[in-house]
Amino acid sequence: MFQLLKQIVATGIKTEAPPRPDETLHVARERLSAEVLKRFHGSLTIRHVDAGSCNGCELEINALNNPYYNLEGLGIRFVASPRHADMLLVTGPVSRHMEVALKRTYDATPDPKLVVAVGDCGCTGGIYGESYASAGRVSNVIPVDVCVPGCPPTPFAIMQGILTAISTGDEKPVRR
Amino acid sequence: MRVEDFEFDLGGLPGAMPIWHGRVHAAQWRRACEQVHEKGGRLVALWGSDNTDRASGSAVHAALTVRSGLLTITLPIDGDRYPDISDLFPAANRMQRATFDLLGLRPEDAADQRKWLRHGAWPEDVFPLRKSFDASQTFRNEVDGYPFVVVQGEGVHEIPVGPVHAGTIEPGHFRFSIVGEGILRLEERLGYKHKGVEKLFESMNVMQGAKLAGRISCDSTVAYAWAYAMAVESATGVTPPPRALWLRALLLERERIGQHLWDLGFLGNDAGLAFGLAQFSRLREDWLRVNQALFGHRYLMDTVIPGGVARDLALSAIPGISEEIGRVRQSVRVLRGIYDEHAGLQDRFIDAGRVRPEVAERMGLTGLAGRASAVAWDLRVQFPPVPYDGFDVQMATHGNGDVAARVIVRFDEIAESLRLIGLILSRLPDGDIAVRLPEAPRNAIGIGWVEGWRGEVLMALETDSDNGIRRLHPHDPSWQNWPVLERAVLGNIVPDFPLINKSFNLSYSGHDL
Repeated sequence: MFQLLKQIVATGIKTEAPPRPDETLHVARERLSAEVLKRFHGSLTIRHVDAGSCNGCELEINALNNPYYNLEGLGIRFVASPRHADMLLVTGPVSRHMEVALKRTYDATPDPKLVVAVGDCGCTGGIYGESYASAGRVSNVIPVDVCVPGCPPTPFAIMQGILTAISTGDEKPVRR
Repeated sequence: MRVEDFEFDLGGLPGAMPIWHGRVHAAQWRRACEQVHEKGGRLVALWGSDNTDRASGSAVHAALTVRSGLLTITLPIDGDRYPDISDLFPAANRMQRATFDLLGLRPEDAADQRKWLRHGAWPEDVFPLRKSFDASQTFRNEVDGYPFVVVQGEGVHEIPVGPVHAGTIEPGHFRFSIVGEGILRLEERLGYKHKGVEKLFESMNVMQGAKLAGRISCDSTVAYAWAYAMAVESATGVTPPPRALWLRALLLERERIGQHLWDLGFLGNDAGLAFGLAQFSRLREDWLRVNQALFGHRYLMDTVIPGGVARDLALSAIPGISEEIGRVRQSVRVLRGIYDEHAGLQDRFIDAGRVRPEVAERMGLTGLAGRASAVAWDLRVQFPPVPYDGFDVQMATHGNGDVAARVIVRFDEIAESLRLIGLILSRLPDGDIAVRLPEAPRNAIGIGWVEGWRGEVLMALETDSDNGIRRLHPHDPSWQNWPVLERAVLGNIVPDFPLINKSFNLSYSGHDL
């Protein structure tokens, strides 16, 4: 126990400053009113759906919870069920075998809800495109609010995409 | 079992690994598999190909381990049947079923003929990897009706899990049959991530293919990119410059360490020690940032290319990396001590998800999980390519086969990979980092075989005219290990499944393709 506590103290606090929203990431704007968006601040819940990625975006989404990015420190949490979620964070291309599961997850998420497509494949279909097995980008299957490009996008970029989706355009810089 | 013991002609393939290839007829196919099986060899991969566009039927291929290296055999078939080998190698079961889904080739008299990779995206009588199939065709997406094995009896019930899981992980379906909390049976249903990768390769030339190879499974992008490059270099008869090979080894070991740090954090977390995840994910983030600074990508994508590597390592970066490995070695040593002495953690680790050595051997368990069940196999030791041939790599093994053993193997492998990186940095040869590849000859065969962090990754390439890819089969070690996970959880309780599953950490994307 002493070693464990010593290690915690020796490590210190590593959390870095979060990014500002980037309005250019919006693909659909003003779907939700500013009032609703404000209510998401400090208590946003996210359900992640891997709809067919190469697992790269998942590695970076997981990294959001490491001490450097500390997404939970902003009041943003990943939840186990879409029924508890305000936002879907979807990676892909959407494989045709995941199409039904993605639609059902979207339907199971209560309104008002937001969708952020993560990664080049989620945004455009990427290298996999559309084929007998791939339905391509996420917006081919469910409505998307924000796209975060990158292969994979960095945790910083994904965080920025999430903050952009709930931004009303007049936020003050986030303080921890 | 050596290659000279077989009764058909074999030719050595040029390249970094000892790989032989031969054509067989149906009786020889079965006989060769029996011979390998008798001598304790394993099936590494089984796949098919279609040559009906050239009026020469179809073929199935198998890659098998023998004492002197890798034996690959090709069985040309006129109709749609070939001899089943799943009775010899249980791992062949799903590979044969996938071969039917994609090519319509059926293992004769195989006990299990259910579909595997196909759900509802294409009909039963359509085979996407046939040359006559147009990849842009789409079909009405039917709901997957899959005949799970039903367990019945008093108090037995099912828990269906997935494809969308509770955590941030890849999609797959697990069907648990349980009594109380105890697991009577687990049946996996995979294939959700099938996105037509093999078909897509056939629309590319060998240089374009490198990018896709690096995106089969991001956590193993270096292993895949190296195996792909090795296959292309084998087909074109090119040897990359020494500096490129040494840098590839540096990248592969960086990938191994990064992934092991990650897994060790999650294993602590899944057993209730959030401290472990916080500490290891910090180390890993530092590690990835160094990757970014040195090679321009956190996961090192697109750094290994056919002919060499895409980015050189500056001499001035070496002292920084040496300091980094010293820091990581020290931090991991402290954390290992904490894990070892944490009674609650060890209570969850020890005896959970045990795979006994005899089961591991029979089912062909491979890679890291295999080594934790006394399967002493690591390509860096068995058939070390340059530069591993000069390193005397120490293989990490354990006999207990439980979660604790898979944790120990990861710790040991981090220590060894840190040592290897130190050796690479101290002896890194000068010179070019890539050679230009000539155009690949038509119908050339090339095979790559690399020990990634999860296990052995295989890439089997056949070239077309104009430097094109006629067929490429990527094989992930998860094919072997997924069925063993079904065994590993038997008798355990459902709440231990996430921990056991994480201790294997198998790929969905690399398997579903």
